[in-house]
Amino acid sequence: MIEMQDIWKTYTDGTHALRGVSVRIDRNEFVYLVGPSGAGKSTFMKLIYREEVPTKGQLSVNGFNIGKLKPRKIPFVRRNIGVIFQDFRLLPKLTVYENVAFAMEVIEAPRRIIKKRTMEVLDLVGLKHKHASLPAHLSGGEQQRVSIARAIVNNPSVIVADEPTGNLDPETSLGIMNLLEEINFRGATIIMATHNKDIVNSMRKRVIAIENGNIVRDEARGEYGYEA
Amino acid sequence: MKLRTILRHFREGAKNIIRNGWMSFASMSSIFISLFILGVFLLLALNVNSMSAQIESQVQIRVFLQLNVEKAKMTELQNKIGNITEVSKVTFVSKAEGLELLRKNLGEENKELLDGYENEENPLPDSFTVEVYDPRSIAQAASQIEAINKADETQPIAKVKYGQGTVETLFKVTNALRIIGIVVVIGLGVTAMFLISNTIKMTIIARRREIGIMKLVGATNSFIRWPFFIEGALIGIISSVITTVIVLVGYSELVQFSQMELSLMMIKLVTVKESGLLTAALIIGLGTLIGIWGSTISIRKYLKV
Repeated sequence: MIEMQDIWKTYTDGTHALRGVSVRIDRNEFVYLVGPSGAGKSTFMKLIYREEVPTKGQLSVNGFNIGKLKPRKIPFVRRNIGVIFQDFRLLPKLTVYENVAFAMEVIEAPRRIIKKRTMEVLDLVGLKHKHASLPAHLSGGEQQRVSIARAIVNNPSVIVADEPTGNLDPETSLGIMNLLEEINFRGATIIMATHNKDIVNSMRKRVIAIENGNIVRDEARGEYGYEA
Repeated sequence: MKLRTILRHFREGAKNIIRNGWMSFASMSSIFISLFILGVFLLLALNVNSMSAQIESQVQIRVFLQLNVEKAKMTELQNKIGNITEVSKVTFVSKAEGLELLRKNLGEENKELLDGYENEENPLPDSFTVEVYDPRSIAQAASQIEAINKADETQPIAKVKYGQGTVETLFKVTNALRIIGIVVVIGLGVTAMFLISNTIKMTIIARRREIGIMKLVGATNSFIRWPFFIEGALIGIISSVITTVIVLVGYSELVQFSQMELSLMMIKLVTVKESGLLTAALIIGLGTLIGIWGSTISIRKYLKV
């Protein structure tokens, strides 16, 4: 569960990315984060996986007080949050298998279990047969599926996805969305920032719109609400 | 940390050398070149040092006796001089031996100059050749021999000679050479450290994105640091072992080749047996240290994500 109370985020150059945001996202929700570029969507997500710290306000993620988190505790918060990026962020010199397994090595899982679970997840994203390939040899959609596999391999309770379909064609995007829906169905909370009108309108999930650092709209079964 | 994680770090550290092939190669080359130059200069310095020691050890005291000293007195003197703590060896050189020595020193062309001075006509006095343990205490030993002479009422010693003045200059020169050797070796060592740590820094800068990704997945700092640490150490060890082998094999070839050439000039090179351990220890130790140091220092910067 994620709870923000009057969250402000001011960067060192003086820009206010968030201006007093309060919101609550429950377990197993699927939330779209929409709004113009630079509105504060990315900051909203970075706060959740503690890449940034709130300047003011209370933020609790899975029971951790993010603002007061000691630096050495950060890794342990992140292990319960899967992060997916527009640019995939795979380790370029590691194979598909190694990229996914890395997230499990971090939690010091036994090798046998790592092998079993990694192949299981690669099967789920449909890339079992490419486990020995390097990311550079995969298409964009395939790379994104690897990054999703990495994000879910430890069964995190929250998935944060920052424009996961931003670099993909509509057909591939649909495949990614089906995958995220499947993961949501299996119990994970999903927070996804997107500019993709079609996806938001067709899925009819909770939509939070951010403009100029404020939440301007929060609908349970919302629409994209902007011209694409 | 669990054992399987430690093993994992070693595996990853070794794999990373291959994964980052060209960067590893660049680091290794840089370590190799720096340590190679260092090794060559170290051997040079060791040889200068040993040559200085050889030259210094040739310094000795000549004690010339009066012409009329009796046999018993000579033995007494020899014993007294031998009892001086600095003195390692006293050799009696008779008149005849002295003449022989002089003739030898004059060389083939001039040896007839001494013809007719044999036996009763020999103008040379009997003498002692005195050697000391530490060449630097030669002046002290000489003055003690003179003191023995003064204490004896017959004053049996005519002259004590050890190349006063020349010896002091020789020591100044050999000392300067030693200091220059040490300074050059230390200077090269420091330069090597900076050069190499810079190369390693470059390889890590190239990988700071990777470090960022690892942190996002929830890796702790030590989890990220260990493979880098092992990678750095391995690169340091591998390249310094290669350097040591090449330097020492090359040097032993040089020693063998030069044995004939240089022995005529009375120069003896330090053998591989004598210098090998020091050279190997210094090169490998420094290489490993630099590898670890370079990777540890530079990664610390990128862990603050």
